Amino acid sequence: MSVLVDERTRLCVSGITGREGSFHALNNKRYGTQVVAGVTPGKEGQSVDGVPVFNTFRRAVQETGANTAMVFVPPRFAADSILEAADAGIAVIVAITEGIPAHDELRVYNHLREARPGVRLIGPNCPGVLSPGKANVGIIPAGFFKPGNVGVVSRSGTLTYQIGNSLAQRGFGNSSIVGIGGDPVPGSSFIDILALFEADEQTELVVMSGEIGGAAEEEAAEYIAAHVTKPVVAYIAGFTAPPGKTMGHAGAIVSGSHGTAAAKAAALEARGVRVGRTPTQVAELAAETLGAGR
Amino acid sequence: MDLLEYQGKQLFARHDIPVPSGRHATSVDEAVAAADDIGYPCVIKAQVKIGGRGKAGGIKVADDRHEAREHAQAILGMDIRGLEVHELWVEEASQIEAELYASVLLDRGAKKPLVMLSTHGGMDIEAVAEEDPDAIATLHVDPLLGFQDFHGRRLAFEAGVPAELVRPIGGFLRALYDVFVAEEATLVEVNPLIVTPEAGAGAAGAGRIRALDAKVTLDDNALFRHPDNAELRDPGAEDPQERMAKERGLTYVKLDGDIGILGNGAGLVMSTLDVVAQYGGRPANFLDAGGGSKAEAITQAVEVILSNEKVKAVLFNIFGGITRGDEVARGLVEAFRQVEPRVPFVVRLDGTNDEEGRRILAAAALEGVRTAATMDEAAQMVVEVAKQGAAA
Repeated sequence: MSVLVDERTRLCVSGITGREGSFHALNNKRYGTQVVAGVTPGKEGQSVDGVPVFNTFRRAVQETGANTAMVFVPPRFAADSILEAADAGIAVIVAITEGIPAHDELRVYNHLREARPGVRLIGPNCPGVLSPGKANVGIIPAGFFKPGNVGVVSRSGTLTYQIGNSLAQRGFGNSSIVGIGGDPVPGSSFIDILALFEADEQTELVVMSGEIGGAAEEEAAEYIAAHVTKPVVAYIAGFTAPPGKTMGHAGAIVSGSHGTAAAKAAALEARGVRVGRTPTQVAELAAETLGAGR
Repeated sequence: MDLLEYQGKQLFARHDIPVPSGRHATSVDEAVAAADDIGYPCVIKAQVKIGGRGKAGGIKVADDRHEAREHAQAILGMDIRGLEVHELWVEEASQIEAELYASVLLDRGAKKPLVMLSTHGGMDIEAVAEEDPDAIATLHVDPLLGFQDFHGRRLAFEAGVPAELVRPIGGFLRALYDVFVAEEATLVEVNPLIVTPEAGAGAAGAGRIRALDAKVTLDDNALFRHPDNAELRDPGAEDPQERMAKERGLTYVKLDGDIGILGNGAGLVMSTLDVVAQYGGRPANFLDAGGGSKAEAITQAVEVILSNEKVKAVLFNIFGGITRGDEVARGLVEAFRQVEPRVPFVVRLDGTNDEEGRRILAAAALEGVRTAATMDEAAQMVVEVAKQGAAA
């Protein structure tokens, strides 16, 4: 087992004919992911290294049975592409695109929650999902990770690799690595992914990597205390970050905290979640909790 | 992107939100001319993107031309919590009967717009939220449905607005929500929203409310749809290094230490700052070269980092995903050719194409560049060489 992507994943890539889209789609394919289709309007009939391209997601799903989408199109087209994938019946949508307008994200998020509760959106502005040995959907450098019992969920891309790398140096492999992205309106939250790891047999410990801003870590702390039986080790980036040059105070009123790393770490520790101060320390805490890596 | 008060008010005016009439000025003479034009008494207001202007002496009432000149002279060039005042807004003085607070913002927790209204305006709203949370009426709006009339009534009644003002305040909130959506803002805040005294019998309530301040944050990611707003950037108020970085598409925040930091991805860079600090170092900056950094971006990033004279050593911490290690290495080699740095560099390179990147660096044998195998080792190393540099 693992979460979100595995050997049953049939991936359709939106933006597969672009430079970055094709580079990473083919990387995913070489890793063993079933990349069954691409979507680029007006380019149906072409293929990218053997992957057939379709005009619409609807056609791609009909012809190939795609069940997972990766969105790699520029920001101004990305919300539309996510909605199109959901409309075509895709169940897991991984949006890599960085820079999508926040109001687009608001519309997409609320539409999916209200009208398509079965659809799971990961990202946007995220590195994707890797289930080592099974499937890689996104831009995570998969060669650094092997199968194992630690689930990782993170708001940051490169920091995810760093933490995975620190875990690997301690001998740990991963069930899945999920980058939920750092945008103000992520499709999936820490809580959504923690629930998946809690239900996943392969996962014995979860590493949660957060950062300053918002209150997602504080909310996750509450959720862990109430619903997660597996051990969770956390990391928060940004202890030395200077206070933001924010103008209004409305954001701070809403979150009830100032979104600082110290406040987040305190909230997690108050709920019994151990917080590593460096990626290396996170791996040490995982090792202490689980014994040696396996 | 945060707007200055007057930019926010001009945006409000375009959406039929009542604001006092005013004029923009960048010199004392312009301010006096603006004041003459508006008439006395008028208010001279410093335009800086930070709160507490009033307390700092950045907002003054002028009763005549002489006072207008005096105040403009005093305020222009004033330092308000680290920001120098370059611009003024000269505005007609308003009579105030009551002060309210109103805002619309993107609530990241609920993932919906949140509208807030309070009759406790004009003061520190954070303190109100803490001491008397019931004094702030709040409501989440379904972004697919939009703001409805009943939302406005509910907020107005719950906030305890006087009956004759419920309808106009509701209308004001709707207009504020329209600004939030139409301009793709993440925050629209009015504090205070004022009620002026009744002018006489039959004065309509709607004519009695005005936005006396405006705090607007626009979504940078949406500026491509709002070319007029994109021009509101305020390069004069930015730190020169931050401006240089922005022009080159890099995210740079200047800090007060002496170790230059470059990484890819905001989370990894923040983590790098933390680890350097743990080993006793003081970062000179945050610089995220971004996803997919090309060689050219790396060269420019080195220029930005080294333009800060305090920098004694530089740490490159790269974990490539979409960024390729070979591109980073090529960029660094090119940067050394162009800039000829005099400070030592520590480079840690992992991820996509890392081996090729390390090969390129080894082949170039750049003077003063050493490599580290892990993030911890790299942080320790750079703290060490920065200390040596400081001692030398």
